Amino acid sequence: MSDLLKNIIRFALFLAVQVFILNRIPPLHRFVAPYLYFLFILWLPFRTPRLAMTLIGFLFGLTLDMFTKTPGLHAAACTLIAYLRHFLISLMMPKEKMEISYAEPSATSMGWMQYSIYVLVLTFLHHGYLVFLEWMEFGGFLYFLGKVLATTGISLLLIGVTELLFVRKSRYRTNMA
Amino acid sequence: MRNVFLFIQRYFNLIFFIVIQVVALTMFFRFNKFHESVFGSFSNEFSGRINKRYSSVETYFTLKQENESLRAQNARLLNQLKQDFSWPDSSIDFVRDTVRIDTLEQFRKFLYLPAKVISNAVNSQQNYLMLHRGSNQGVTNNMAVVGPDGVVGTVVNVSANMSLVMSMLHRQSKIVAVLKKGSGFGEVTWDGRDPRYVLLTKIPKTVPANKGDTVVTSQFSDRYPPGHIIGYVEAVAEDQVTSTYNLKVRTATNFYSLQHAFVVKNLQQEEMDALQKSLRKTP
Repeated sequence: MSDLLKNIIRFALFLAVQVFILNRIPPLHRFVAPYLYFLFILWLPFRTPRLAMTLIGFLFGLTLDMFTKTPGLHAAACTLIAYLRHFLISLMMPKEKMEISYAEPSATSMGWMQYSIYVLVLTFLHHGYLVFLEWMEFGGFLYFLGKVLATTGISLLLIGVTELLFVRKSRYRTNMA
Repeated sequence: MRNVFLFIQRYFNLIFFIVIQVVALTMFFRFNKFHESVFGSFSNEFSGRINKRYSSVETYFTLKQENESLRAQNARLLNQLKQDFSWPDSSIDFVRDTVRIDTLEQFRKFLYLPAKVISNAVNSQQNYLMLHRGSNQGVTNNMAVVGPDGVVGTVVNVSANMSLVMSMLHRQSKIVAVLKKGSGFGEVTWDGRDPRYVLLTKIPKTVPANKGDTVVTSQFSDRYPPGHIIGYVEAVAEDQVTSTYNLKVRTATNFYSLQHAFVVKNLQQEEMDALQKSLRKTP
């Protein structure tokens, strides 16, 4: 399956899961909102051009905004992590080798430690920015802090479960292409 | 000049990122205006179409609760039928007046338009519902929406076949309310904490308020028909600063399993608006 087709399917699937399952779970507490959809951006191939990456992040967030009726909220957060992803990867990755041999970020392609840090930092940034924007309209500082921490925790849990359930075969790319 | 181009070339990614951020933030902070103009009608029709498919499946899971609440509403309405009341006749002479001073339609104030709920949310801070009824079917902005059990929200945006409803569970929602037995006159808002409870404030302490009292819509509201149940008082707390209560109210509508609602059209709205506008003109 080509990378393009695979990512188009992921785009729809992540949105469907977020809109029809996670957004409909009865809330446990006002701090807790389950978010998983942005994993799509973390899983995009290494070779995506940076410009396209920012644009994809924007469109992806905006499509979710259509369902949650908050134009711009998720789009802004997604654009941020899509843009910063590049810097984080080049910081974490052992130079030269991996970028050629593997298609997309995963525990096997980056190593467990690097991948965990990569996920943790981007998740934290995403939620921090998202809740910050929400907080500008209402809510106190405790709300901001509590929600960022609780939501990040829940998201990391969800991402962990997803990684365990859906093992991605990280193809070893030869230099043929 | 050449340096400018070089600069743009070098930082094109950053510039592009900033431009997109600004676009997104503008959308977010100008929500109401932007939503009505560009985003609104397109996104309503788009997400509405998908939500419709989904809700046709989801409806089956809550059919039972839905039936029960409709049956309860039927019973409530049947109990208001005129033929169920009888009273000793005390009139001496009954003359039928031939001068037509009233037809039902002429003095009707509220008209109920049934609508199906095709998407609903409770766990955000700003919750919206979507109804499968739009401007082609007579819905306009600012109409009230009530469910079979009680108040639901207000229409904030309409497209051709869908309408978007600001739920009572929205940080900006504000509904004029009274206690059913007392004459208190207050405001129902939501603090964003728990979707089962809303807050009733500005009820003066002179009015007795107890746990279990019914909170209904006021007759002073221009959108909501009077007497629709908002909820029941769950806890009474006295505000230390002002002379009013802070009442915690359990909502009558179960927002988790809402399937049908009625959009309420105020037929006298235009006249009321015109009168208010004339007031504004005279200094």
